[in-house]
Amino acid sequence: MFDQLTARLTEAIQRVTGKGRITEDNVRDTVRTIRMALLEADVAVPVAKAFVDRVRDRALGEEVVRSLNPGQAFVKIVHDELVTVLGGEASPLAPRGQPGVIMLVGLQGAGKTTTAGKLARHLTERGGAVLLVSTDVYRPAAREQLATLAADLGVGFFKTDSNDPATIATEALASAQRGGQRWLILDTAGRLHVDTEMMAEARELHRLVEPSETLFVVDSMAGQDAVNSARAFHEALPLTGVILTKTDGDARGGVALSVREVTGLPIKLVGTGEKVDALEAFVPERFASRILGMGDVVGLVEQVQQSVNREEMERVAGKLKEGKRLSLEDYREQLRQLVNMGGIGQLLDKLPGVKPEQLAAASAKIDPKQFRRQIGIIDSMTPAERRQPSLIDGSRKRRIAAGAGLPVQEVSRLLKQHEQLTKTMKQLTKRGGMQRLLGAMRGGGGGGGPPPFRGRR
Amino acid sequence: MAVEAKEKQGTGFFAKLKARLNRGKTWLTGDLLGLGSRPLDEATVEELETRLLTADVGVDATQWLLDEMRKANRRTPGAPASELLRQTALALMQTVEAPLVISAAHKPFVILAIGVNGTGKTTTVGKLAHRLKASGASVMLAAADTFRAAAVEQLQEWGRRAGVPVIAQAPGADPAAVVHDALVAARARNIDVVLADTAGRLHTAAGLMDELEKVKRVIARFDATAPHETLLVLDGSQGQNALAQALRFNERLKVTGLVITKLDGTAKGGILLAIARQLRLPIRYVAVGESAEDLDVFRAEEFVRALVGDGAG
Repeated sequence: MFDQLTARLTEAIQRVTGKGRITEDNVRDTVRTIRMALLEADVAVPVAKAFVDRVRDRALGEEVVRSLNPGQAFVKIVHDELVTVLGGEASPLAPRGQPGVIMLVGLQGAGKTTTAGKLARHLTERGGAVLLVSTDVYRPAAREQLATLAADLGVGFFKTDSNDPATIATEALASAQRGGQRWLILDTAGRLHVDTEMMAEARELHRLVEPSETLFVVDSMAGQDAVNSARAFHEALPLTGVILTKTDGDARGGVALSVREVTGLPIKLVGTGEKVDALEAFVPERFASRILGMGDVVGLVEQVQQSVNREEMERVAGKLKEGKRLSLEDYREQLRQLVNMGGIGQLLDKLPGVKPEQLAAASAKIDPKQFRRQIGIIDSMTPAERRQPSLIDGSRKRRIAAGAGLPVQEVSRLLKQHEQLTKTMKQLTKRGGMQRLLGAMRGGGGGGGPPPFRGRR
Repeated sequence: MAVEAKEKQGTGFFAKLKARLNRGKTWLTGDLLGLGSRPLDEATVEELETRLLTADVGVDATQWLLDEMRKANRRTPGAPASELLRQTALALMQTVEAPLVISAAHKPFVILAIGVNGTGKTTTVGKLAHRLKASGASVMLAAADTFRAAAVEQLQEWGRRAGVPVIAQAPGADPAAVVHDALVAARARNIDVVLADTAGRLHTAAGLMDELEKVKRVIARFDATAPHETLLVLDGSQGQNALAQALRFNERLKVTGLVITKLDGTAKGGILLAIARQLRLPIRYVAVGESAEDLDVFRAEEFVRALVGDGAG
């Protein structure tokens, strides 16, 4: 416990002396780990590299709250940047003209037809009549699939004898204009972005129906090549947004970042299940944690940032730097911060790479209950006793113990610990070579910083 | 489609594809390396790492491949990097090259196709029906995807094209019952192979995985040795999640073979290397495109050549 406290104070001093900043050196491992995490999530290689480098360059020199190492702080910065990049402005679907045409495009098996059904339901619920049409004349029974979905939903489906996609689209548009539907949803055949003939067909359809929205439907499990298909579709058609499908699985969904970075398009909706109502708004925060796969670290950083009283830590650190004594009041404040953080066990629990047995050992050594008891003891002292512990004799000890409801030995132990700490601090300041000593302590394993961050696998 | 059936058996599949879909450097063969005869120095390793990751090989398998290449390089110093990669990848992929053999001892030989949504199960089953029929077997299809709208019609269309019967029930029927019906019908009609198409499901959907287990149990009750092949269909354009799919489906259903689809984009299907390394599951077929002929037996050498390029060139 004593070691831990010393370590925390050391860190506080370190920070004040300007060592707790993000530098290229102290986040190098983390930068690599994050890049690997993004790649594991299927973020396109160039996108992952550019993204991490950009965030690192911006984060350099940033201050780090003590209790965190620069790597952890960096993970949080990356996370926040991910949220920003993924977010952007996702304007709601708005019809331009009557009907507003929504054209769905994408590769085979991305989930366009299922999404067309979900979208029809989504828009109907928001008070607009919808007409569905499929121009997929290639995949067997593709049109039957959409017709069946439409019938189940009670939404109109445009049926024609034509087998020509352009004719089908034109006729459907005319039908929706006559029928007064607010929306026409155009489901198209899946196509490869390198299939020039099929891409030309998509352009032709787009020209004919002049969609209000042209949405790129992409599988959240897509790999590295998604960045190429997204770019190709975006170049061929003016896309207006993205729908990410099958997000109810365990794919990390890095494609969201790739597509966003390459096209700049907002992710408008996500498919979240097999049911026809499983279509939701895109939540950048949720996806950022998912892509990064380091939600725990991000949570940890947030917890530390919330619970650490920065000014108080700085006051104590400043006091020590000036060679002043550490009063029991200061000591109590440090204990409170430790308790606030929810116990070391809970913190360690959030760190990847900490083994369960290490966790158990650390939790046994540093018990928040123990901290609370010690705080209770200090609470039972008079202000004079807190400032000058030497006042505390046997009779005062008994009174304090009674006040805290603890045996006298506990009071003695606390006083001893505090005295030891004061002595250590005095030595440090007396020798003047505090920096050197701090270095030695860190090297000697006395530093309380968590282990360097490594990816988990 | 002007594809000669004879050519299919040879190593010409990827070459043919290349001719049809070649987009220069962007397609599979696009010389992943372009490294020519450069030795395996650190700059080359770094370049290789990037290329492999870009091909969806994944962080783990990429590191492994590079390590193996370094070892090989110590044995034969100065070998060109592209040759080291070709040999390493080939040695790995040869361990999973094992074409499906339809044994006449089992009648009907039962193939169960499974996988997540949208990987191309129905299309693959259709193509496979065509291929097996063409090889002289009598084939029957079981439309056990009773969930997705018009999945039955889609399979029926494939059955019509291939000229094979399709056993189906009403939408929403119990998939296990459909498969059972098909097995009984197949035995009565002396059919060689039954291909069961199932509904796509994410490997994380516990209830739906239970449903598949039940289908498998029903098949085993009919014939204790069946299904004779549990075929997991993977989408070649997907990334690292394909490995998770293979792991989870294998855990629950004991996968005996893989089909990799959609290798006709610019996706390289590098995840197969990761799967080969971790699971050693035999890769039976590769599929591209939408016509019945676009399915061929997986050949390690062809795949690696397509991925890496023509070796030291």
